[in-house]
Amino acid sequence: MGYYILKRLLAMIPTLIGVAVLIFILLRVVPGDVVEARYLTQGSQFQSQDLMDIERKKLGLDQPLWKQFTTWMTGLARLDFGLSMWTGAPITEEIKLRFALSLQLAIMASLLAQLLAIPLGILAAVKQDTWVDYAVRVFSIAGLATPSFWLGIVMILTMLIVFKWVPPMVFTPLWVNPWENLAQLIWPALAVGYRYSAVGTRMMRSAMLEVLREDYIRTARAKGLWLKLILVRHALKNAILPVLTVMSLEFAFLLGGLVVTEQVFNLNGLGMLFVEAISRRDYTLTQALVMLVATFFLIVNFVVDIAYAWLDPRIRYR
Amino acid sequence: MAVTPQTVEELTRAEPRRAGWTGAVLDFIRQRPLGAIGGGIIVVMVAVAATAGLLAPYNPLANDYAAMLSPPNAEHWLGTDAHGRDVLTRILYGSRTALMVGLGASLIGAVLGALIGVASAYFGGRVDLIVQRIMDVFFAFPVIILALAVVAVLGTGAGNVILAIATPMVPRCARVVRSSALSVREMPYIDAARAAGFGHRRIILRHMLPNVMAPLLIMATAFLGEAILLEASLSFLGLGVQEPTAAWGLMLRGAAVEFAESAPWMAIFPGLAISLAVFGFNLFGDSLRDALDPRLRTQ
Amino acid sequence: MKRLAGLLALAAGALLTLSAQAQTPRSGGELVFPVPSEPPSYDGHREETFGLIHPIAPFYNTLLRVDPNDPGGTKPYPSIAESWTVSQDGKTYTFKLRRGVKFHDGSDLTSKDVKASYDKIIFPPPGVGSTRKGQYAVVEKIEAPDPATVVFRLKQSSGSFLVGLASPWNFIYKADILAKDPHWYEKNIMGSGPFTFVEHVKGSHVVGKKNPNYWDKGKPYLDGFRAIFMRESAAQVAAVRGERAHIQFRGFTPKDRDNLKAALGDKITVQESPWDCILMVGINHEKKPFDDKRVRRALSLALDRHGASTALSQIAIVKAVAGVQVPGTPFATPPEELNKLAGYWTDAEKSRAEAKRLLREAGVPDGFQFTFTNRGIPMPYEPLGVWMIDQWRRIGLNVQQQVIEPAAYFGVIRKGDSQVHMDFQCGYIVEPDLDMYKFLSSDRNPANYGRYKDPVLDALYDKQSGETNVEKRKQLIRQFEKRLLDEEAHYLMTLQWHRIIPHSAKVKGWTITPSHYLNNTLDTVWLAE
Repeated sequence: MGYYILKRLLAMIPTLIGVAVLIFILLRVVPGDVVEARYLTQGSQFQSQDLMDIERKKLGLDQPLWKQFTTWMTGLARLDFGLSMWTGAPITEEIKLRFALSLQLAIMASLLAQLLAIPLGILAAVKQDTWVDYAVRVFSIAGLATPSFWLGIVMILTMLIVFKWVPPMVFTPLWVNPWENLAQLIWPALAVGYRYSAVGTRMMRSAMLEVLREDYIRTARAKGLWLKLILVRHALKNAILPVLTVMSLEFAFLLGGLVVTEQVFNLNGLGMLFVEAISRRDYTLTQALVMLVATFFLIVNFVVDIAYAWLDPRIRYR
Repeated sequence: MAVTPQTVEELTRAEPRRAGWTGAVLDFIRQRPLGAIGGGIIVVMVAVAATAGLLAPYNPLANDYAAMLSPPNAEHWLGTDAHGRDVLTRILYGSRTALMVGLGASLIGAVLGALIGVASAYFGGRVDLIVQRIMDVFFAFPVIILALAVVAVLGTGAGNVILAIATPMVPRCARVVRSSALSVREMPYIDAARAAGFGHRRIILRHMLPNVMAPLLIMATAFLGEAILLEASLSFLGLGVQEPTAAWGLMLRGAAVEFAESAPWMAIFPGLAISLAVFGFNLFGDSLRDALDPRLRTQ
Repeated sequence: MKRLAGLLALAAGALLTLSAQAQTPRSGGELVFPVPSEPPSYDGHREETFGLIHPIAPFYNTLLRVDPNDPGGTKPYPSIAESWTVSQDGKTYTFKLRRGVKFHDGSDLTSKDVKASYDKIIFPPPGVGSTRKGQYAVVEKIEAPDPATVVFRLKQSSGSFLVGLASPWNFIYKADILAKDPHWYEKNIMGSGPFTFVEHVKGSHVVGKKNPNYWDKGKPYLDGFRAIFMRESAAQVAAVRGERAHIQFRGFTPKDRDNLKAALGDKITVQESPWDCILMVGINHEKKPFDDKRVRRALSLALDRHGASTALSQIAIVKAVAGVQVPGTPFATPPEELNKLAGYWTDAEKSRAEAKRLLREAGVPDGFQFTFTNRGIPMPYEPLGVWMIDQWRRIGLNVQQQVIEPAAYFGVIRKGDSQVHMDFQCGYIVEPDLDMYKFLSSDRNPANYGRYKDPVLDALYDKQSGETNVEKRKQLIRQFEKRLLDEEAHYLMTLQWHRIIPHSAKVKGWTITPSHYLNNTLDTVWLAE
């Protein structure tokens, strides 16, 4: 078991390096840089080329590419993410508040998604091919189909017209004022959670269906045991595993993937930070964000793999 | 399956199989009504896209400021937008953009992903490991971030959007196809083909690829829905298809949100169109998966 | 007649504001306002964004300012400089500084601080960037003969130099600090302004507190201010609507104004003004067929500006039909003359017919395709783009739009790859020298992305710049405008932006000007009960 853990940890490293190289190259290929983004915006009559050269030198953009890369990588190794090219502030500062918001939103959305998915999936499996099954499937697929940003717009509109209420637009952290905080985040969490519950419902349904066909379930039913008891004690235990896997993976994606939802609900999260950083060509910030999200994703993957292997001794990767 | 009086009856009572394609379709509709609904939606969407020029009452690009921001009425069934353009016309033409982008991205993503997945499984060993690592790298990016990055490099516009959306699809497809291909690779006829001296390319294309069609098809249908959604998101952000092209995500931008209170038809109908299209593809894909996966058939 | 109406409107606006100020200002209260973007640094000499001005300008003074009570926003007004004299030949400007001005750390502000600050702007030391260096190229040197006098020696006389000194960006820094570290002011704040710096929480807000030792006794009226960073305009509107913020200093859309008026009625005061910003169509003269002035005129004739003014002013922050000057300002061409220029005719059908005729004459086939390059900013670039493409479609041109994101935009345009593109100009003060500089030949002004050389135009510019007689100058400016927009159609003006500031009725003492960079020191603002 320990050997397996070590192997998986080591396997993350080349992936992370690959992500680092990819984002580094990608950003350098994109036209324009942070200096142009800052000083060419006004189309002003009085541009100065030397001003831009001075700025480039200060940010280290005049160095050869391999040098910029190694400087960044050595910084990463020391867990020093450097300074944002746009504001000059340490990147950890820039990310801190937004990370808290995005993390909270991801957690809330995931919880809501699972609260919806698991019971609905079980229901659909038990009542397969009845109208209940169809209703659940339609409901969950509708969730997959609806763009969450459109759902968000409709939600805000409904609340405005029907309840004459707009969710708070300034972010209060959970520890400052939990009520305001939840009042703001519950709506995007619902819009996103509904969407992601669809994936879980489908998985839960198929996993339950598979388990319900197993011989030992049939034996239990033949013996006349209560269906509910069977479900809870046998079926659920085995079916829940792949579902939790999938949902944990989806959770990892939620961290940086909520760009449009954040825009609609005016949330100062990692998604919008990404868009801003890319549009400003803030290389250091974008790189740091990508590494953060990728690392988060790999760690979640890792934890899920380990949990899977530990819970189900039949599965051990070579 | 235990032989009980019930099952014997069921067996003898089996429905006579109907002949040919019509039979298959009718069977499908009867057995999987949800999938049939999905399929129906897809057919309607394709028909609309093909005949938009005939169906649409107006030119999707024609501004008419005298009629700007009108609610649904006799002249404009779904109302007009901030520039006086007919919403119904733009939704009809928007289906073209959605299908073009969706199919394009889905096709490119699925084909590329399948080729990579199959090749990776076929060659195995070091090649497989490296390709897997590379796919992992792409996999670790959230979908929209990868799409954003590609758009930043290539620029906006329909063609680039197709590439941007296809990019995150490739590793996902590759992974699924690879696991399917791995089981195919163990088959004895693959070894026989090698022994007979067939080239790698021939074996991959003619022997392995056809056998992974089932999971590929499922993935492709799921991708189509995702692709349409992703295109809508990118256009909504201003990074996808650009004005004045009619595209559903684009219609949700700017004035639609600003005037949502006083002119909700601008935001509601394009959103419904997107939802309906993706809904159709997902329903169909869902039923397709059920149909092709023997373990999930009803008793 | 229309011009009189315009002037009367401005005057009425001024009177209303003045009468509002006739009430006695009340001391106290904290002004809360959202700011759409956060300043990348604190150095006004370096930055160009209003995201710096709105939260940071209250901490500083400038040598001259623009008259805060003048809705036209064109008059230089004393600030640190109490009075000034200009030599006969117009090459020497002598400023007498106020006594008793103190920095927030208690030290006196004297002429050496003014000199050091302007030296940093005009003659920056190596490694220090100054964005507006080029604007003051006419300055030869700056002297500080005694602590209360500053002398600017120019290479030649300039009609717009004084206005240039009223720039809101030219914060006066402390000479001793600049001597020790010229970069200090990028990350720190220490000025002489009506408010002292309290805190800046990144991603959240900036707080300023009343400066008890401010030289303008009795001011500021406010106890302090809080600038909150809110990126989305929906959030800003919601803040004003929910009475959590008093005012937003950049501008809201017409719909936002209507929503706020509907929601809050009398509790909202709306101030509107033409904005000193305009989008123009830049045409690359190096690409055929745009080297032919008939084609360029056709492009302008196709645009029904008057119709658009009525329609687009409902959905975008544009309104007035304009030439090279903001309508209603001293040098702006009155409508009856402006409407004679190509593209400004009131008969849109006649205009389009003429456009089609010119295209035929120039040999441009029906259905000719070209690409319009636009900048990826939603408001008002997108609606204007949609409008223009449709207008050009009606004269038989098939236009594709290529949208480039802001960071890469001017990089692409500078290279000269585009055919027709969207250009823009925003000023802090309405002054022909500043506003018309952009259109000079490309060898004189590298920021002329039309890539043309027009010596006649250049000559007209120079003549009006040196002309001191106002009426004669107006005539020269009209000639410049006619050549630029009508005869040669080098650049096409779209519609003047329209600044709409709906704010809490409690906010008094703030007058809207055409520039969102002006009037942000907040010293004249007070809050009613």
